[in-house]
Amino acid sequence: MIPCAVTGIGQTRYAAKREDVSMPELVREAALRALDDAGLDFDGIDAVVMGKAPDMFEGVANPELFLAGALGAAGKPMFRVHTAGSVGGSTAIVAAHLVQSGVHKRVLTVAWEKQSESNAMWALSQKFPFQPPVAAGAGGYFAPIIRAYMRRSGAPEHIGWQVAVKDRRNALRNPLAHLHLPDIDLDMVKASPLLWDPIRYLETCPSSDGACAMVLSADVTGDRPPAWVHATAMRSEPMLFPGRDEVSPRAGAACAQELFEQAGKTPADVDCAEIYVPFSWYEPMWLENLGLAESGWRAVDAGRTALDGDLPINMSGGVLSSNPIGASGMIRFAEAARQVRGTADAHQVDRARLAMGHAYGGGSQFFATWLVGTEPPG
Amino acid sequence: MSEPVQRVLGPVALDYTVHAGSVTGAFLEALLDKRLVGRRCPSCAKVFLPPRGACPTCAVPMPEAVEVGQRGVVTTFSVIRIPFDGQVLTPPYAAAHIVLDGADTPLLHIVGECDVDTVRMGMRVEAVWADPIEPTLASVRYFRPTGEPDVAWDAFKEHLG
Repeated sequence: MIPCAVTGIGQTRYAAKREDVSMPELVREAALRALDDAGLDFDGIDAVVMGKAPDMFEGVANPELFLAGALGAAGKPMFRVHTAGSVGGSTAIVAAHLVQSGVHKRVLTVAWEKQSESNAMWALSQKFPFQPPVAAGAGGYFAPIIRAYMRRSGAPEHIGWQVAVKDRRNALRNPLAHLHLPDIDLDMVKASPLLWDPIRYLETCPSSDGACAMVLSADVTGDRPPAWVHATAMRSEPMLFPGRDEVSPRAGAACAQELFEQAGKTPADVDCAEIYVPFSWYEPMWLENLGLAESGWRAVDAGRTALDGDLPINMSGGVLSSNPIGASGMIRFAEAARQVRGTADAHQVDRARLAMGHAYGGGSQFFATWLVGTEPPG
Repeated sequence: MSEPVQRVLGPVALDYTVHAGSVTGAFLEALLDKRLVGRRCPSCAKVFLPPRGACPTCAVPMPEAVEVGQRGVVTTFSVIRIPFDGQVLTPPYAAAHIVLDGADTPLLHIVGECDVDTVRMGMRVEAVWADPIEPTLASVRYFRPTGEPDVAWDAFKEHLG
């Protein structure tokens, strides 16, 4: 396999509404920053791989038709990946595979969402034929599963509040983050209204506009150190089967297991991770599912996942602080890469050598993960 | 000088047709008789409600129809308190995973005829039918408490999720 490096990363700032730019301008903003970071222009790119979540999130079908021009894809292979909320991660993985397989030398990969142009809550609450009108957004879907985790693990209620505070404090160090809440504390989270009981308002991700791009390459360009891709893994599972464990889905655990086997590493080797936490309780849930902690909530409670803990999680502020859905997975992958490149600025973890990026999507059905490191693999 | 043009409104609306297929079609037909009919896997013997044509665990077709009970247990739930565009029900309302007697998969539905604050894991509930009945699971208007004793955690925890 040809070693693949992340040589460029570009992100827009994340906001509730980017009314100053169109969708093509938004994705181009991230793409140009990634190219600049890699010391390249569009001529240096061999293929473009883009990803976003469902088209109803903007109300525009097939945006790739008009984005090919904005992303310099004329005369080059270009395609779109779609795996619901995990799409940002799986898009990056597809791009990495094109490099690792030797099909292309340098691939530009971009993921985005411009949610202010439609209404994601509406789009995720569709009245399906034959079904009762019970869909109530992502929160409505995941709240019962969070309740099941709380019951099964015996975790106290304040764990969700702690994650909500921790991620928003991290976001204060990230100028690109959508939410900057300088006064955030446990009392503020606790006092915020219940939206989907047991999920409170401040335990919930925002709805954001934004894009993230990376240059994945077989050769190292630019002035800044690369992040090397050590392993990639994806898994899916059906939405409905008897005995399905949605609290700790089999596909998520298998995805992580394959990831570590591929890299010849263990969860203990991970210096920090960016994982997909749209509701605060998903931090302890995924820590257990991915094998990063035996008891996720005890790890949170002990402060292990804070920026100065021994297993920092979501140093950038995470999905809880910025959530352009289609981009959110790629932001996790890119922020993991920033850590091992040493370019994470004010939310940099000291001596991060190996970092994990993780995304999930659908009804906890699609999982995408990667491990990136300071040193080349092997 | 005129205001800068920053946004334009683009409406989207569509009525569309979905073909139910043989398995869901048979399920919807049974609903018209106020019967809840799932499918049993010939390999693992688990009963799917709503039915599927094949068992994803065993990868075999499931030709056998099985009628399940109209009572079941709430395994987990959320109280929806947030209003949103296109919402049909008036918050607060309880959306629950309900495993019907004789079924092995959770059905996502509403718990009604009780204070939302009294809904709990392990609660026994039963179907309340709409009038007239149409070929949709919305013809079960909601599930209401039966008043039976709660089911113990150990008896339903395998269905959680």
